[in-house]
Amino acid sequence: MKAPDYRTPRIGIDSVEHQAKLLRLWETTPGIKGFFTTTDHKEIGIRYIVTAFIFLGLGGVEALIMRIQLAGPNLSLLTPEQYNQLFSTHGMTMIFLYASPILSGFSNYLWPLLLGSRDMAFPRLNALSYWIYLASGIFLYAGFVTGNGPNDGWFNYVPYASKPFNPGLNEDFYALGMVFLGISVTVGAANFIVTAFRTRAPGMSLNRLPILVWGTLTASVANLIVVPAVSLAFFLLWMDRQFGTHFFDTAAGGQALLWQHLFWIFGHPWVYAIVLPAMGMASDGLPVFCRRPLVGYSLVALSTVATMILGFGVWVHHMFATGLPGLGLAFFSGASIAITIPSAVAVFAWIATIWLGRPVITTAFLFFSSMILLFVIGGVSGFMTASVPVDWQLTDTYFVVAHLHYVLIGINVFPVVGAAYFWFPKVTGRLLDERMGRWNFWTMFVGFNVAFLPMHLTGLLGMPRRVYTYNGYPGWGLLNLIVSIGSFVFAVGVLIFLVNVVKSLRAGAHATQNPWDAPTLEWSVPSPPPPYNFAVIPTVASRHPLWESRLGENALLSTLDRGMLLDTGKETIATSALDAAPDMILEMPQDSFAPLVLTGGLSVLFIGLLLKTWTVVAIGALLSAAGLLLWLWPRRDLREREPAAEVAHG
Amino acid sequence: MAEAALSQPEQLPVGPIRRHGVGWWGAGTLIASEAALFGYLLFSYYYLGATNPVGWLLEPSPTLKVALPNTLLLLASSGAAWFGEQGILKLKRARALAGFGLAFLMGTAFAVVQVIEWRTKGYGIGLSSYSSLYFVTTGFHMAHVLVGLLVLAALALWTALDYFSPRRRLVVSAGVLYWHFVDVVWIFVFTTYYLTPYLGFGR
Repeated sequence: MKAPDYRTPRIGIDSVEHQAKLLRLWETTPGIKGFFTTTDHKEIGIRYIVTAFIFLGLGGVEALIMRIQLAGPNLSLLTPEQYNQLFSTHGMTMIFLYASPILSGFSNYLWPLLLGSRDMAFPRLNALSYWIYLASGIFLYAGFVTGNGPNDGWFNYVPYASKPFNPGLNEDFYALGMVFLGISVTVGAANFIVTAFRTRAPGMSLNRLPILVWGTLTASVANLIVVPAVSLAFFLLWMDRQFGTHFFDTAAGGQALLWQHLFWIFGHPWVYAIVLPAMGMASDGLPVFCRRPLVGYSLVALSTVATMILGFGVWVHHMFATGLPGLGLAFFSGASIAITIPSAVAVFAWIATIWLGRPVITTAFLFFSSMILLFVIGGVSGFMTASVPVDWQLTDTYFVVAHLHYVLIGINVFPVVGAAYFWFPKVTGRLLDERMGRWNFWTMFVGFNVAFLPMHLTGLLGMPRRVYTYNGYPGWGLLNLIVSIGSFVFAVGVLIFLVNVVKSLRAGAHATQNPWDAPTLEWSVPSPPPPYNFAVIPTVASRHPLWESRLGENALLSTLDRGMLLDTGKETIATSALDAAPDMILEMPQDSFAPLVLTGGLSVLFIGLLLKTWTVVAIGALLSAAGLLLWLWPRRDLREREPAAEVAHG
Repeated sequence: MAEAALSQPEQLPVGPIRRHGVGWWGAGTLIASEAALFGYLLFSYYYLGATNPVGWLLEPSPTLKVALPNTLLLLASSGAAWFGEQGILKLKRARALAGFGLAFLMGTAFAVVQVIEWRTKGYGIGLSSYSSLYFVTTGFHMAHVLVGLLVLAALALWTALDYFSPRRRLVVSAGVLYWHFVDVVWIFVFTTYYLTPYLGFGR
């Protein structure tokens, strides 16, 4: 039977029979098969979050071991080589395997719920991006556990990363693993971009997007364009190491600085990519606890985008001390200083939201609002190093370590834990314990500042970063001891969070649909949401669909209990890019093995490349090609093809 | 009293119709990312060219005798792929097969000639940073040609199986778009390695 090319969607109200019908259409296959084939964005999001937290734990333990080594002068718990691998693996883990994937996890879980959609635009691509993240994470850690971890810092400068100075497999694991991980980030970014523009609820025009969506969208556009730079850099490094090319070899016309350029062209936008979505979480979460809409929504959205546009032009501030021409330094210094303007806009918008609101002090509020303070501290130290002469004094000292931890923990970990308190009831149907939450927050907050504030001082005293030990210069030993104590307090805080999660999963108070009385669409569905998210497609008329009656700003109200039923198949609605006018009915793919097969093929391929065993490479390539062909084979149920006999003319 | 907004669209397309569908956007994002990759490869060329002393170019006057006709052949194959797509649009299956088949053959010929071109170079990948860049950049392009050839082969196969109609053919348009990309990006690679020396870069 030929399915019609066009259809008028039936409109109806939410009902029990309708929900049962949708459940049959959308539910993941039970059991082990479903585990490996699911394309449900919520399932994938949870996996992302859990995996990223495991990597956070690993990176944290690595940090604690280093802090024992550095607790006093001239300690010898670690050898220099062990220390090198630990600090490099710590950076790699936190920046690539925690900070970005955790945000992808939250966005994966939340986006369709925030947008009023039943799934992401490309559910199978979503599964692929998770599986590759997992496989490449294991690949990178396989190097570490076999004593072949990266040992040249997370940004891995040549020539120390080059073969003559680094003959082991360490850098090959890192280089290939990063190229592998890059595939995950790229396909994930493509998915977020298309989802943001094409699968929103009718009426959710661009100026009604939650700020989290703005943040992740901006980060995704950046990732799509800049991840190839780092993948290429690591690939060229691998070529230099294994095939005798000379990209970074100054003796044969190569340039050590080419590595730094390619790395930081990627690296600096990436820094924004791992904070903008987290800032978005705070921008959406804070107003809920201030009982009023975010102040300056448009300015915050625009400043998110502006930060990234400026962020493309600041990479050289990581290279001020490399002897580049003065004119170039002046330009990049100016751009780095200018970028504080959009950041300040967001800061003042958050402060104004608290100022003008009636704050309800919950754990989530504490985490979100403390982010503002930590962001200001980290931002000011960043602003300082944007000035070339100041940077020359501070570069490669602990001051920079303090700065980057204020930024990455302050604007990533703090809002992420806040987001966990905020959205945990939606994901699990249970609330995290608030009493333990206070202990959680204050331990983390105090521990963090005790650990990282003194690092500014050790940096100003001239202590270089990346040293495995130091002499007992006046003041260094005491400050480092304080730092080490603080880092353990911070770790206890993170542990309290994990205990709270485990305890609340089993015995937490049951959450209603909207426990915080929040305004956005995810709170209009049950906790946890059903596989199809929305029984009827909502129609959105404002930024705050659940607060409309109280705000009384709209001539039109959103409709959530009546709308398109879309229950004749696994379907959701696609809308136009700007106004979100209904545009087409999307046929969504069923569970699929293709993402897992493709990941398996790529894993074999990368193992083959690492061992330089070409038969293994060939097998991996063939397996990947087969997986891809299987995936892309035009399917009738997705309306990608039709038999010619039934072609209708016109 | 505020009114309730309700979206009640009429007659929406079900699934991808013509080029209209999320898959088209997906192809666009993939190509944007790939284009960026070539951008960074060419950035590396210009950066190393600009920072090295005169004499860095191994071929200050590269011969165009093979490269130029081969470039024209590749560009013409884009026309063949377009012709094939038009065959789908006009319900001419034979024309579509001829177009994809011809594009495949022309693309294969380009690849073979390119391999011959590699062999006639008097230097290998490990001679200098210039030779490394030349082989890795054209090698990256070759990898994209091979993927493009697989895409063209798949399109020909699916056309032979009579999968497509003028409406249901987003896969065809996305595949042909990818092939256009492979050809267009070559113009940039070709210009960089074969033409900019004549304009004075690096000489």
